[in-house]
Amino acid sequence: MEKQYKAIGEEAWKNNAEKINAELFIFTYGSLVVQLVKDYENYSAVNKQLDKMGYNIGVRMVDDMMARTSLERCTGFSATAEVIAKVGFKLFLNVIPTVANWSADAKEFSLILDDNPLNDFCELPPKAVADGLRYSNVLCGVIRGALEMMQMQTEVEYVRDVLCGDDVSEIRVKLLRMLDEEVPASDD
Amino acid sequence: MASQSQAQAQAQMHAQSLMKLDNKTSKRSNMLLEQNVSRPRRDRVGLGAFAFLFAEIIRYSQNRVLGIQDLEAKLNEIGQRVGVRMFELSMWREKTVHREMRVLQTLVFINTVVWRALFDKQADSLERSTENDDEYMITDNEPAVLKYISVPKEMSSFSPGAFISGIVEAIARCCQCPARVTSHVVPADGLPLRTVILLKFDKEVMDREKRLEAGK
Repeated sequence: MEKQYKAIGEEAWKNNAEKINAELFIFTYGSLVVQLVKDYENYSAVNKQLDKMGYNIGVRMVDDMMARTSLERCTGFSATAEVIAKVGFKLFLNVIPTVANWSADAKEFSLILDDNPLNDFCELPPKAVADGLRYSNVLCGVIRGALEMMQMQTEVEYVRDVLCGDDVSEIRVKLLRMLDEEVPASDD
Repeated sequence: MASQSQAQAQAQMHAQSLMKLDNKTSKRSNMLLEQNVSRPRRDRVGLGAFAFLFAEIIRYSQNRVLGIQDLEAKLNEIGQRVGVRMFELSMWREKTVHREMRVLQTLVFINTVVWRALFDKQADSLERSTENDDEYMITDNEPAVLKYISVPKEMSSFSPGAFISGIVEAIARCCQCPARVTSHVVPADGLPLRTVILLKFDKEVMDREKRLEAGK
């Protein structure tokens, strides 16, 4: 099963994804974060805004992913986790995080980001670390937004971040409930 | 004597506590410093990832400005921070010993080296304005970064290429050729996104050019 998702991700990346220079993308993201820090002058507000932008991206991105792959409906939350890591992250960022730390009730898991492109070239000033800036918080929003489109309401947050001195970066995804089919809320 | 050693001990303790505080993040700095940047660490990411991000950047900026001009200025600013970094990297990678200072060399540098670094191709053309000596145009027939951005009719004068012109503006400044850089969508047959980046060099730059030309 796991193998199959990996193959789908690789396939889609190789044949169906348009690509762009990674550094342009990385610098552009960095420039956006700088802009937000300047505009809000408050790191937790920046985290929130990044999450919001991520959410807006996620709700659209999931369609893009579906269009570029031949995925079928996930059989369960564990399959969902595998798809996020092996297809989603692969297709857009060309990295595959590790799925780990499942909770006993199988409703929570972690994505361990061994290699996060957004972090390249990035070093946070001590003040930002102390105040808890989550530089790549956009990823949390993306996952939350994408899962919501798949009728899953989730809570997604950074629990560890290498930019803040942790050994690894870890994003925790928690399934709150399954949503009924409904019209999506307005996104602005 | 005693007070001296006491002061010394105190200083040492202070330094130690500072180090402890710093140790966590300095690991990261060391890692960054030791990284070899002469070659890109990673090659590609999905264009989708960039396009969605760029769309969000435009949407975010749009909510914080009053008019199209402001919006372009905002995108220009975001582009400039990209340009400065791209410039440093390209300089380092090209192993060019000297930095370009002449207008023409700077333009060629942007047209070829920078474009290749950013968009994996050269810009499609580099022209000098026939009306003004200090104006030059770089044209890209199909800028990949703008591929999925569609501008609504009521904003038809808005050019999302302002982001690219910001990059160019920063690089021109880094080359000691400051210029006012704007972008304009000039569609051609089959090329709806064709974008012209217009550089108008500052007066000092043109004066310097004349002096250098005369001194030859």
